[in-house]
Amino acid sequence: MIPAAFEYTRASSLQDALGILASDEGAKVIAGGQSLLPLMKLRLAQPARLVDIGRLAELRGVRRLDDGRLSVGALTTYAELADSPAVRYGVVADALPGIGDVQVRNRGTVGGAVAHADPASDLPAALLALDAEVVVQSAAGSRTVPVDGFFQGAFTTALARDEILAAVILPAPRADAGSAYASLEQRASGYPIAGVAAVVVLGAGGLIEWAGVGVTGVSDHPYRAREVEAALVGTTGSPEAVAAAAALVVGDREVNADIHAGREYRAAMAVVHARRAIGAALARVR
Amino acid sequence: MAELHVALEVNGEHREVDVEPRTLLVTMLREDLELTGTHVGCDTSQCGACTVHVDGRAVKSCTVLAAQADGTSVTTIEGLGQVGSLHPIQQAFWDKHGLQCGFCTPGMIMAAADLVARNPDPSEAEIRHAIAGNICRCTGYHNIVAAVREAAAVMRGAAASA
Repeated sequence: MIPAAFEYTRASSLQDALGILASDEGAKVIAGGQSLLPLMKLRLAQPARLVDIGRLAELRGVRRLDDGRLSVGALTTYAELADSPAVRYGVVADALPGIGDVQVRNRGTVGGAVAHADPASDLPAALLALDAEVVVQSAAGSRTVPVDGFFQGAFTTALARDEILAAVILPAPRADAGSAYASLEQRASGYPIAGVAAVVVLGAGGLIEWAGVGVTGVSDHPYRAREVEAALVGTTGSPEAVAAAAALVVGDREVNADIHAGREYRAAMAVVHARRAIGAALARVR
Repeated sequence: MAELHVALEVNGEHREVDVEPRTLLVTMLREDLELTGTHVGCDTSQCGACTVHVDGRAVKSCTVLAAQADGTSVTTIEGLGQVGSLHPIQQAFWDKHGLQCGFCTPGMIMAAADLVARNPDPSEAEIRHAIAGNICRCTGYHNIVAAVREAAAVMRGAAASA
């Protein structure tokens, strides 16, 4: 399968790429291409121009900021992320091996996964649970926004047409936090039918002081389950408390249904995997 | 559409090709450079038959633009070994019956080569994880896994005695 014809421009710098985006409404950014090229080959996407940002060193790599947070450049591949300090977060280490396959992880990028906003992408759940931020660049300047709120619908984000996602910022790792990701994968594609990422911070007396819960595959976009988080905070994280909190993971959201999983089953699996993810996160910090 | 000039290294040789922007890496390899050892199976990024190495990393060449490979070093199955001097992974696939029809084999071997380069002594589970992006429809993976283990052992031996 061959994509529809397009013009191709390799950007020489981020500013160059932003300039092209600002001046050409038909332009679309390509990085690793692991999501975009399959869509173009199926002609579900037919951009008039591709702006290749894949070589921009300024968008590559994971570095520790002065305050301990990690800045993950948009072009960091899944494989590079797996070789970076980011795997100190259990939730990232858990999610990465299940994303795509070796070849996809060698080319697919963190920024691409976030900007593409597949409703069943694994990484967004982890980023939501970690309360990560995204750095968005346009010709006018840069803005940093929480990941929570960035995903707005299936394949739809807060990214404007002339903006490029430059980096994802992860909070500083902390010894009093544990995190984990648990998902039910569709066996052939590997995409989660329901995937839940959990981060818990233990405070005085072993009580849960803060919790982050990200959910993917379940609704039209990955979301943060604040009801679950609120139910966990202040508890000891006993099995009963975890089960009661996990039961709130779907709430009144519209649940996806397809040939692999109907609404009821998918919602049930979301609860099961919320329980498992929270339990595993707690086990890692206790 | 203006053609793009792509210059890259393929199996150690400098090559230059003019391509349409939408040309896939696998198409350029097979049709322009006549390296037909790299196969097109599903053409949808699932089966891994088109796996080649770009700058030392296994990728699915049906999901990479030729333009994206400009300036890189690409290795295909033809660059791994030759008839009469097979690469240890090719030899092990032969010795362990790691193939029947052979259609998936080039991609399977390139995926295995990526693994062994990074992990000289992979466990069975690690091998199965590493070839999860490569599909064999003949007989399954038992002999393929055995071949990769055998090849890794041979390559460790060669490295130890070198």
